Amino acid sequence: MSILVYIESNQNQIKKSSFESLSYAKKLSKLISLDVIAVVINCSELAPLSDFGPDKIISINEKKLETFNAHNYADVISNVSKSVSAKNIIISDSINCKYLASLLSVKLDAAFVSNVVSLPNSTNPFVVKRSTFSNKAFCDIEINSEIRILSISKNSIGLNENKSEPIIINPDINFTESKLTSESIKVSEEKVSIEDADVVVSAGRGLKGPENWNIVEDLAKTLNAATACSKPVSDMGWRPHSEHVGQTGKPVSTNLYIAIGISGAIQHLAGVSSSKVKVVINNDPEAPFFKVADYGIVGDAFEVVPKLNEKLKAFQAENN
Amino acid sequence: MKILVCISCVPDTTSKINFKNNDTEFDNSQIQYIINPNDEFGLTRAVWFKENDGAEIDVVSVGLDNNDQILRKALAIGADSAFRINQEALDSFQVAKLLSAHISNNNYDLVIAGRESIDYNGGMVPGIIAEILNFNYVTNCVGLEITDSSAEIKREIEGGVETLTCKLPLIIGAQKGLVEESDLKIPNMRGIMQARQKPFEIIQGKTEETKTKTFKFEKPESNKEIKLVSPDNLDELIQYLHNEAKVI
Ligand SMILES: Cc1cc2nc3c(=O)[nH]c(=O)nc-3n(C[C@H](O)[C@H](O)[C@H](O)COP(=O)(O)OP(=O)(O)OC[C@H]3O[C@@H](n4cnc5c(N)ncnc54)[C@H](O)[C@@H]3O)c2cc1C
Repeated sequence: MSILVYIESNQNQIKKSSFESLSYAKKLSKLISLDVIAVVINCSELAPLSDFGPDKIISINEKKLETFNAHNYADVISNVSKSVSAKNIIISDSINCKYLASLLSVKLDAAFVSNVVSLPNSTNPFVVKRSTFSNKAFCDIEINSEIRILSISKNSIGLNENKSEPIIINPDINFTESKLTSESIKVSEEKVSIEDADVVVSAGRGLKGPENWNIVEDLAKTLNAATACSKPVSDMGWRPHSEHVGQTGKPVSTNLYIAIGISGAIQHLAGVSSSKVKVVINNDPEAPFFKVADYGIVGDAFEVVPKLNEKLKAFQAENN
Repeated sequence: MKILVCISCVPDTTSKINFKNNDTEFDNSQIQYIINPNDEFGLTRAVWFKENDGAEIDVVSVGLDNNDQILRKALAIGADSAFRINQEALDSFQVAKLLSAHISNNNYDLVIAGRESIDYNGGMVPGIIAEILNFNYVTNCVGLEITDSSAEIKREIEGGVETLTCKLPLIIGAQKGLVEESDLKIPNMRGIMQARQKPFEIIQGKTEETKTKTFKFEKPESNKEIKLVSPDNLDELIQYLHNEAKVI
């Protein structure tokens, strides 16, 4: 029996969220005394994994798996899980992980619990905490199937370095090829994605119009942050839908969330409140966002944001 | 083409979430229920298939009779028949099993569910159905075109969009972008009147096993006091973020 961690990578670079999954697995292994096995698909840079303590790495290299396909990946991970009798499968909360996990759960007759934010409170029965009601609440959930898949909410566990010298094996794999074909993938290369970002700079209707977004983008650039927006901003076409965050947009759980000219409506807060540190910049001291933020500036975004950007640049110059 | 839209009945997005019985149950007093927003995008897309290609639309929901109003609304928006599987929804696995049984009895070409419900946020019902019934599955779906029996699907990925193709049958997890917010169909008087005449069937679900049990809720701790920084003293904010919060 073992704990299996599915490691995601992008162009040979392992994603930070996968290190977090591995950190979770390692902590879990202390509670239930099982080996931690990492499974990686088409990634040749495996060295960073050993900082997070896996006992074994199963490295799969297969041309047919070059492009992510949830059906194929679920099949491969299912076969690997069976081969190592994994009872616990740990993945991140990324779009692709969640996509494949529901398929995987049927293949393994496993329970799948998403948005997990804690180690188990008890391992027999197995109980974990997850976020629910779009981050408006948490719940304790008991898993009563023998095999479980847990997807770990970003930044909930954090990274925990733990050096190891894993054995690396390259097994042959079989899988049934899916009939779903990827035709094209379009990603904007230069921008940080909301899912991957440690810092998100988000702006709302207070910015008055799309022509004013340069101050948001400049600040985001300085902080190596992703840009996001409130729902009306994307509804009006000021910004692309992919930037819409909140209950009906993307969930954000980042280290630092900066809300500029966003009132803090309940639906907006629902999606972003699990971010660790929240800063609000708003000229209305009554804006609800002030009730949930850690730091706040009551002021005009058009003055504060460029000034903050300059100050941050000076700070970075000094500290590097 | 025969389409099924799976609809989850969720608390209105403005709802204050509270719990009762020692935090073991959701307190649904004073809660207004709505069609899960992700499902609503899917429903409007289905209605377009009906308007343009003559598709036939069924809607289905697993739940007790408080879901009926939501299904009637879906009929008023343009669905042709509604089904309610009369069983309390306990976990994603059970719901997906119940829906799978309905789907395999009805030969749908396309099944539309939401990417996730805004209450449970599980995001797994369509995937479980796909695997049980051996359907092609795409979630985070932001575009769907169907010609004859071939589908072209757009899926949101991190930082971009992927285009995929497959043959029907297909199940998707819908989200905003599949149709625009401004395109969402709102029931009109005529639709509401017609909905009363449309078939509405209640199916007795046969109990399915669950794999999980939610037994205790809690609300996030209310935030510690906010620290306000003057716009004239932004260095103070930078110091806070660096020394105290350690995020820059
Ligand atoms: C079903 C449903 C789902 C929804 N889902 C979401 C969701 O997922 N995400 C989401 O964001 N919203 C969602 N909403 C919308 C939500 O209710 C709010 O309408 C929305 O979040 C408000 O956006 P905003 O803060 O940008 O705009 P507003 O509420 O108009 O706020 C603008 C803010 O900018 C401030 N401001 C104005 N000028 C300046 C200035 N010069 N400098 C600084 N501040 C300034 C104002 O004081 C104000 O607080 C949803 C609504 C519904 C009904």
